[in-house]
Formats: sequence, C-alpha cells, structure tokens
Amino acid sequence: MSSVAYAGRSLELSLGESVLDGLLRSGIPVAHACKAGSCGSCMLRAVGGCVPPRAQVGLKDSWKAQGYFLSCVCVPEADMEVSEAGADTRVTARIMAVDHLSHDVLRVRLQPERNFDYRAGQYLTLIRDTGLARSYSIASLPHESELELHVRLIPGGRMSTWLCEPASVGAQVQLQGPTGECFYVPDREDQPLLLAGTGTGLAPLWGIIQDALRRNHRGPIHLFHGALRMEGLYLREALRALAARYANFTYTAAVLEGTEEPGIFIAPIDAVIASSHPKLNGWRGFICGDPTLVRSLKRKLFLAGIAMGDIYSDAFLPSA
Amino acid sequence: MHIMSSETTPLFEQLGGQAAVEAAVDNFYRKVLVDERVAHFFDDVDMERQRGKQKAFLTMAFGGPHNYTGKDMRTGHARLVAMGLNDSHFDAIVELLGATLKDMGVADNLIGQVAAIAESTRADVLGR
Ligand SMILES: Cc1cc2nc3c(=O)[nH]c(=O)nc-3n(C[C@H](O)[C@H](O)[C@H](O)COP(=O)(O)OP(=O)(O)OC[C@H]3O[C@@H](n4cnc5c(N)ncnc54)[C@H](O)[C@@H]3O)c2cc1C
Ligand code: HEM
Repeated sequence: MSSVAYAGRSLELSLGESVLDGLLRSGIPVAHACKAGSCGSCMLRAVGGCVPPRAQVGLKDSWKAQGYFLSCVCVPEADMEVSEAGADTRVTARIMAVDHLSHDVLRVRLQPERNFDYRAGQYLTLIRDTGLARSYSIASLPHESELELHVRLIPGGRMSTWLCEPASVGAQVQLQGPTGECFYVPDREDQPLLLAGTGTGLAPLWGIIQDALRRNHRGPIHLFHGALRMEGLYLREALRALAARYANFTYTAAVLEGTEEPGIFIAPIDAVIASSHPKLNGWRGFICGDPTLVRSLKRKLFLAGIAMGDIYSDAFLPSA
Repeated sequence: MHIMSSETTPLFEQLGGQAAVEAAVDNFYRKVLVDERVAHFFDDVDMERQRGKQKAFLTMAFGGPHNYTGKDMRTGHARLVAMGLNDSHFDAIVELLGATLKDMGVADNLIGQVAAIAESTRADVLGR
C-alpha cells in the first residue's frame, strides 16, 4: 500500500484506490468529473515518486515531462508526493453569449484571456468558480477568436442549467485542455470520411468537417446526424448550405419520430449508415456523443471494414 | 546475391515480422467478433485495449518476441476458463487464425507452423 503526500498532509491509500479517491476521502477538494481518465479536470502534478504510465495517457508530452497526471486513474505502486496542477494548465475565459440552437441545445461562446491552442474536434473542460467541472467538445475553428460549445440542456444538470441562466453571461470560468484525439489529420486527402453522432455529438463533427473542407480534403465527407425528433436536428440549415456549397460533402439525418423528407430518414442512425454504406473499407470514421452509441457504432464501422486505426471517437461520458 | 534458406530464417521473419501482425490484427479481430462460437469472450467495451491483446496473441503465435510464460497464459485465461472456455473454443481460434493467414496469402506450411505454436499453449490456455 502506498501513501500520498499533499500540501503538508500525508494519507494512506487503500488497496487499488486512486489518488483522487484518497484525497476526496480525506476531505481534500479536487476538481473532477468523468473519473475515467478522459476529461482531465482532476489533473495534479507529481513532485516526488513515480507516476504510473496509465495516469498520463493522452497528456501532452510537455505536461508529462513536468509530472502532470490524471489523479482519477492513478493507483501508485509506491509513495508519491503531489501538488495542485498549477495555473499554467488552465486558462481564464469569459462567457460572451449563450443562445439556443434548438429547444434543448445551447450555443456557448467563450473568450479566452490568452491563447488557447486546439485542433477542431478536441474537447476542453469548463470549470466554474464553484469548482464544478464538465467536459465539452469544441465546435469552433482555431482561427476564430471565440470558442464555441454546444451544450445539451439536461433537466437538473448542474452545469447545463447554470449555463442557461442569464447570470452566466459575462461570468468568468477556467478552461483546461484541450484534450482528445478526435480531429482531422490532413493526410490522404482522397480518403472518404464518415462522421456520425447523435445530439450534441454534432459539436466536434461540425468543427472537424469545416476543418477538413478548409484544408481542401478531396474525398467524400459524409455526415450522419441523429436525434429523437426533427427539432433535435440543430444546425440543419447551416449543414444544408454547406452541402450545397461543397460537392464532396453530404448531410444525412436520422430521427426516430417524424415524417420522412429528402435527406432525413425515420430510422436509427446505425441502420441508416448501414444501408447507405454496407462496405466501408478504406474509410476514416469519426463518432461522437452518447457513450452507448459510440461503442456500438465503433464496432459496426470496424466490422464494415474501417481499420481500427482509422476510427476516431469521443464518448460523452456523464460525470461520475 | 544473398539467399537465406527458409530453415535458418525464423518463422516470425518469414511471415513478415511486426508488419504482418499489424496487417493481420484487424482482419483476425473482425473474424473473432462475428464468430458466434467465440465472440462472447471478446465482448470487451474497450476495443482498442482488446486489439492490443490480439496483437500480443498474434505476435506470440507467429513465433515473435514476447515475455509471456506458461503461467501467464494460465492466469490470463483463467477468467475465460471460468466462463466455460474449452477445446472447441480453442480449435475455433486456431481455425480463425489459419483463415486470417490464408487471406494474407501465407503458404500452408507456415500456417501449419503457426498452428503448432498455438497448439503448444493449449494446456496452459485451458488451465489444465
Ligand atoms: C469528452 C467529453 C466531451 C463532452 N462533450 C459534450 C458536448 O460537446 N456537449 C454536451 O452537451 N455534453 C458533452 N459532454 C457531457 C458533459 O460533460 C456533461 O456530462 C453534461 O453536460 C451534463 O452535465 P450537467 O452538469 O449539466 O449534468 P449533471 O449535473 O452532471 O447531471 C444531472 C443528471 O443528469 C444525468 N445525465 C447526465 N448526462 C446525461 C445525458 N446525456 N442524458 C441523460 N441524462 C444525463 C446525470 O446522470 C444526473 O443524474 C461531454 C463529456 C465528455 C466526457
Ligand atoms: C491459441 C492459443 C492462445 C494464445 C497463444 C493466446 C494468447 C493470448 C495473449 C498473449 C493474450 C494477452 C494477455 C495480456 O497481455 O493480457 C491473450 C488474451 C486473451 N485471450 Fe488468448 N490466447 C490463446 C487462445 C485463446 C482462446 C481460445 C480464447 C477464447 C476463445 C482466447 C481469448 C482471449 C481473451 C478474451 C483475451 C483478453 C483477456 C482479457 O481481456 O483479460 N485466447 N491471449
């Protein structure tokens, strides 16, 4: 069993316990959300001892080198001394505007105080002054001065309902990140791309599509967006306009309830994909949104022929 | 010209080394996932991690470098033995492995050597 030293205190971890759980158990507040090594909000810094490699998966090399690690997935094999991640991993930002993209999807615009470098499709962790942390995919492009997020309004949701209140506009928040591997890499410009997501899973895909088009991707780009009902198909007009402008971009929507119209099918999204593309050998796939859907679509796209290394995905895990 | 005889070239090299493992893994994993005899053993939610293990398996079966002992094979598959892993599943995996190599155009005698390596682990994998 190992011990963890933090801010002059020392605590014993129980067998298999993570550094985060140990600290929280001892009453030490540490921001956290997904508890699955993905959102990055529980990041701490090791100042002594050895960091298990698992706790640094996905972190920037420069951060790894400085000893940053994700405390929720850090089960140390020997004693460690840790400290707060420090201000240099976070950027202050101001919420500039919040509006509705649909009845239950908010567009949140943020102005970071200093440069926030990211790739279209990556995600960040938004941290409120209360310490509440939640991850959101970035829907904007790096050259835009404001960051754009698409946040689904969840009844009783602590972050999403706060964002919906008028008081949130103008508020200061902290941003951590960016994180994630789900973005367009400009090589193989003729490779066909398939993007699929339900609900706000569209946010990163919206960024990735625009990024690929701006980088002159020549192969077909086919987006599938799914929602329960027609009104959930937000950005529909913008996507149709994009499809009208770029011959290689196709937008197909799938809803579970409603009446069929051109480009909109009344069927589960995986069935719509399977019937338009039974074989996907040589394609690149991007899948984002609901974790259950991401998992099952990943498997289906793989079985349809996409190489595992060509599948990029982000599952929107709820906070633990 | 330097011609190496197949007797002195190790099996792993004849198959194409690590590149052959890379080339085989997606195909093999697809076969496993759709084969109802064995698919349920591979129902891990984390496909990337499963794929890593498939690579370890293929490297070993291809006679490549690895650090697994018989004891590791026992403990690694104990959970599956508890789920009912038996000879019929073992045979199915060897069959899918052979089919994968055949797809890649590997000669029958090499496929036979791979099958023999897999065979040598049977008692450990099945925990006997
Ligand atoms: C990598 C990553 C990227 C993400 N990107 C986005 C994004 O771009 N847009 C976005 O809207 N969200 C995204 N999420 C999800 C987001 O981080 C929050 O989990 C979500 O906004 C809910 O937070 P909340 O504080 O409003 O609700 P909470 O207070 O955390 O939850 C309130 C209640 O709602 C339940 N709940 C949580 N999520 C859901 C759900 N999806 N459906 C039904 N019930 C739910 C909870 O279990 C809880 O009971 C992402 C998550 C991850 C890990
Ligand atoms: C034919 C001989 C076999 C060999 C040489 C072999 C080898 C291996 C190796 C090297 C690993 C990775 C272990 C690790 O690093 O964790 C592994 C894992 C695994 N093997 Fe095998 N294996 C064999 C047969 C089988 C069979 C017959 C099945 C089931 C039908 C099976 C199912 C699995 C599964 C599911 C895992 C992952 C275990 C986990 O996720 O915990 N293997 N195997």
